[in-house]
Amino acid sequence: MVGRVIKRIYLYLIFLFLYAPIIMLVVYSFNESRSMGRWSGFTLKWYAELFKDTEVMRALYNTLAIAILSAIIATVIGTAAAIGIHEMKRIKKAIVMNLTYLPVINPDIVTGVSLMLLFVFTKPFTGMGLGFFTMLLAHITFNIPYVILSVMPKLKQLDKHIYEAALDLGATPFYALRKIIIPQIMPGIVTGLLLAFTLSIDDFVISFFTTGSGISNIAIYVYSMARRGINPKINALSTIMFVTVLALLIVVNTRMSRDNPKAKEGVR
Amino acid sequence: MPEEPIIRLVNISKNFDGTEALKDINLYIRKNEFLTLLGPSGCGKTTTLRIIAGFERPDSGTVYFEGKDITNLPPYKRKVNTVFQRYALFPHMNVAENIAFGLRIKKLDNKTIERKVAEVLELVNLKGFEKRSVESLSGGQQQRVAIARALVNEPEVLLLDEPLGALDLKLRKGMQNELKRIQKMLGITFVYVTHDQEEALTMSDTIVVMKDGTIQQIGTPEMIYNEPKNAFVADFIGESNIIPGRMLKDKLVYFAGHEFECVDTGFEHNEEVDVVVRPEDIKLVPTGEGMLQGEVESVTFKGVHYEMIVRSEGINWMIHSTLMEPVGSRIGLRILPQDIHIMKKVAIK
Amino acid sequence: MRRTCYAYPYLVWMVIFIVVPLFLLLFYTFTVNTAEGIRFTLEHIKRIWEPIYLMVLLRSILLALICTVVCLLIGYPVALILSSKEYSQNRVLAMLFVIPMWINFLVRTYAWMSLLGKNGVIDMVMNFLRLPSIQLLYTDQAVVLGMVYNFLPFMVLPIYSVLAKMDKSIIEAAQDLGADYITVLKRVIIPLSLPGVISGITMVFMPAVTTFIISRLLGGGQYILIGNLIEQQFIVVGDWNFGSAISFVLMVIILITMGIMRKYDKEYEGGAIW
Repeated sequence: MVGRVIKRIYLYLIFLFLYAPIIMLVVYSFNESRSMGRWSGFTLKWYAELFKDTEVMRALYNTLAIAILSAIIATVIGTAAAIGIHEMKRIKKAIVMNLTYLPVINPDIVTGVSLMLLFVFTKPFTGMGLGFFTMLLAHITFNIPYVILSVMPKLKQLDKHIYEAALDLGATPFYALRKIIIPQIMPGIVTGLLLAFTLSIDDFVISFFTTGSGISNIAIYVYSMARRGINPKINALSTIMFVTVLALLIVVNTRMSRDNPKAKEGVR
Repeated sequence: MPEEPIIRLVNISKNFDGTEALKDINLYIRKNEFLTLLGPSGCGKTTTLRIIAGFERPDSGTVYFEGKDITNLPPYKRKVNTVFQRYALFPHMNVAENIAFGLRIKKLDNKTIERKVAEVLELVNLKGFEKRSVESLSGGQQQRVAIARALVNEPEVLLLDEPLGALDLKLRKGMQNELKRIQKMLGITFVYVTHDQEEALTMSDTIVVMKDGTIQQIGTPEMIYNEPKNAFVADFIGESNIIPGRMLKDKLVYFAGHEFECVDTGFEHNEEVDVVVRPEDIKLVPTGEGMLQGEVESVTFKGVHYEMIVRSEGINWMIHSTLMEPVGSRIGLRILPQDIHIMKKVAIK
Repeated sequence: MRRTCYAYPYLVWMVIFIVVPLFLLLFYTFTVNTAEGIRFTLEHIKRIWEPIYLMVLLRSILLALICTVVCLLIGYPVALILSSKEYSQNRVLAMLFVIPMWINFLVRTYAWMSLLGKNGVIDMVMNFLRLPSIQLLYTDQAVVLGMVYNFLPFMVLPIYSVLAKMDKSIIEAAQDLGADYITVLKRVIIPLSLPGVISGITMVFMPAVTTFIISRLLGGGQYILIGNLIEQQFIVVGDWNFGSAISFVLMVIILITMGIMRKYDKEYEGGAIW
């Protein structure tokens, strides 16, 4: 049927649009010449230069360290927060949730700028300038709301009587929390953790404003290089990132379909 | 010899967002008794149960357990256990772990726990179900696991919140017998909540009829059935015909256009009263005999008896009888004095 | 159940890192530091109304609107196709669609730099076809292209998610009642997908208006959108009051727009976003 063919062509066009730039990046990371216009031979030298570049390695380290740390800390604080907020009375809950949405809704430039104001303003009192630690604090700040938003629905789905049953059987509230509630909301916690990690790795704007001149993450590094023009080292970096992401997603997907053969599609 | 009741509720009141759920409830529960809180939705029976369990705190009044004031004691410190309406089993644990939950908190050793779990599973007829997952169980099996989970902790009092509501009829009747058997065998006090009057009549030693946050009547099943204190109780328990009447003098009442002899005294001259007659107490007699004459409007076969509606003196009388008269036939009704129950008019709505 | 206390660490964090910065922003927006001390003023906000700055704001909004419309026009069919019978079981396809989203935003933008620039790939192709060289980089079109490329998945996914959950028997019922595909689309599918569309528009327009990377990398150093303006004020010019004022105005615009959007999006219940 014509419709079917049209659909297929349209989809292919879209996928072409999505992947063409990336494929170009990958291909030209192996290009001997600097320019993207001509292909002058296969080489791995850009990769070699990439690994020798201490700036890049440091940026990579910062990116991963901050992503892991901020994801874990945000998940702990956020999960506790979700549990507490769930029990709040309506008005207090509304106020807290609205403030929680603020970093989510706000354009990241506004969040970044306001956090920068905070850090600079408090510098005389804390003696701490913009740098690794402030970037970490900023990442935790924008991660926590997403953790809360991931955990809250799971809390809402909880059967209230299960908690009461635990208390009835002699569990203290804390014991019931540990043994009954947390296992039940674990999927939400894990989602929140992964979400926080991803957002942190990908962030540019907030990091840009809340870090000092010495510290950069991958995004900032790419930005500063790209401003100066095309550089095949970035291509090499991009290729590595692409391959990593691809591998990760494939692994996650095969694990999901192995554990759960009837799983809905729609991998995130 | 009056023994200290195991539970005493004194002047308990509870408000939810402005609605009065319980109004000054006074109740005592004896050891080893099977007591049922019976009433329609919203009457306060579940609230009462939850106050005993410790999930709600009364706005005023005191809760005594074995003579001690436990009003402010949290639920995990009380020697009562609850069976929830929808079982509330822990989905991430299997049957054995669910049951063992309370025992682990008491820090019993593994061997003892294993033994107790096996024992209680046998008690509820679920031998061998230890490793099963909760989702794989049927409603009736989940119910029994919930009961087992509560009982294994050897509570002094077991609270049951409409536990059989989600089961089909046959299963429910079977479980009613099971619960009664277990209660008698273990000698534990059961406090049972239901809106099903038949269930209450079948299982209880004592029934507490509640309505709108107050206790209407407390008594044995026979007492409640045969001598309901007011029209609400009479109407809620069993079927009844309730007719407005007037007490002419002691043992004489006027209703349905006739004077009837009855056995009740203590009312004022010409006092307006509610007259209650049970459908099974109205006798069918040939036309001409009997105080009332009427015409049969409908006949329904109910298996155990026929249910007939007979219209007489402007009233639709419900009659249960093993005899049957066809629709349209004229018939006489006779009511014996001892089957006429007089009760004071209560403002019920 | 005194579990509310678990939220206290977060509440403290929230006050320090969300509320206080907000106040600082307001502080810098509405005050000026003069010789006599600090006083309240509206002059920073008024500056935004000057023609040059207003132009920047308007250009940002215009470009974001174009981007949103393009994303909607391109993306809606994609969502339709992906959720249709042939493809809805195809998990590989879904995964393939999602992968580019996972690649760093900056890298995705940089990719277009190399495609569009002088001596870039497109240029090369044009030369190969004996067509004149075109410089696509550093133009409005490049910026919009970059925006669409980056934000298209954010338009597709919410619409797809609504379409996928839609009860297929509704479509069958419509067809049973005599509707052809176009009518079904117009009368049934599009209206029912509106919450997803609203969601998509929100997730595209907001970042598009406030971006500064796309405009810097693909538009060049001289290309100023509102995001660049803010960055400039803070980093280059050092006028924090004006920078804060612009940020504040931006925030207010976005919050109002979100508020209006929320009225239409009843699915937005205070649970997770996705």
